[in-house]
Amino acid sequence: MDDVKLLVTEADFDPGAEIALLSAGAGDSGALTTFIGLVRGATDGVSAMTLEHYPGMTEREIAKIVAEAQARWTLGRVTVIHRVGRLLPGARIVFVGVAARHRAEAFAACEFLIDWLKTRAPFWKLEETATGDRWVEAREADDKRALRWES
Amino acid sequence: MKIVYFAALRREIGVGEETVTPPSDLATIAHLLDWLKGRSPAHAKALSAPRVMVAINQDYAGLDSAIAAGDEIAFFPPVTGG
Repeated sequence: MDDVKLLVTEADFDPGAEIALLSAGAGDSGALTTFIGLVRGATDGVSAMTLEHYPGMTEREIAKIVAEAQARWTLGRVTVIHRVGRLLPGARIVFVGVAARHRAEAFAACEFLIDWLKTRAPFWKLEETATGDRWVEAREADDKRALRWES
Repeated sequence: MKIVYFAALRREIGVGEETVTPPSDLATIAHLLDWLKGRSPAHAKALSAPRVMVAINQDYAGLDSAIAAGDEIAFFPPVTGG
């Protein structure tokens, strides 16, 4: 698991440093893809968001999802960082980075990881708005995106 | 047996964690859910939500999954991370 970095943390991350780490250990990888999720801005009337998770199970589920990706594609280094706690609009929430031999695997594995992370890893978002707090509802569209990988 | 709740369920029930000793003839998650609903009106309402997810010892489980005395059992709404 030296090739895998998993982190659930309140702290922000440095995307440049994470990309440097992924590419430094690339070995025979020829492609590196990343996904970064952000707190959507004020257009939704959201002034802040608090991410809650299930310590222990979160890390286990992310490790399982990464193992599943490694079973499907030949991957180099993989990094998944997910923040928890209170975040403001524009803040980085999640980083997924995948190195692979060719771009097709790198793109596919990165999309698979974020799709499954969204529907399997036990995180919940509580939004703060002018009219009070509200829990983000799970989206059917996210379930459908994750289920595409079942076939 | 340790029961943990997250997100909307935790807020509605008012606690994040409770230790319970259900009758020994409760064999599955479905039985446990029915029994927990009897603990308070808040339990009954929160645990009757249309999609309650469950984990036993930090692995996803289902209504038919078997339970044991020392288990940590979690109930939570559909997840919304990423």
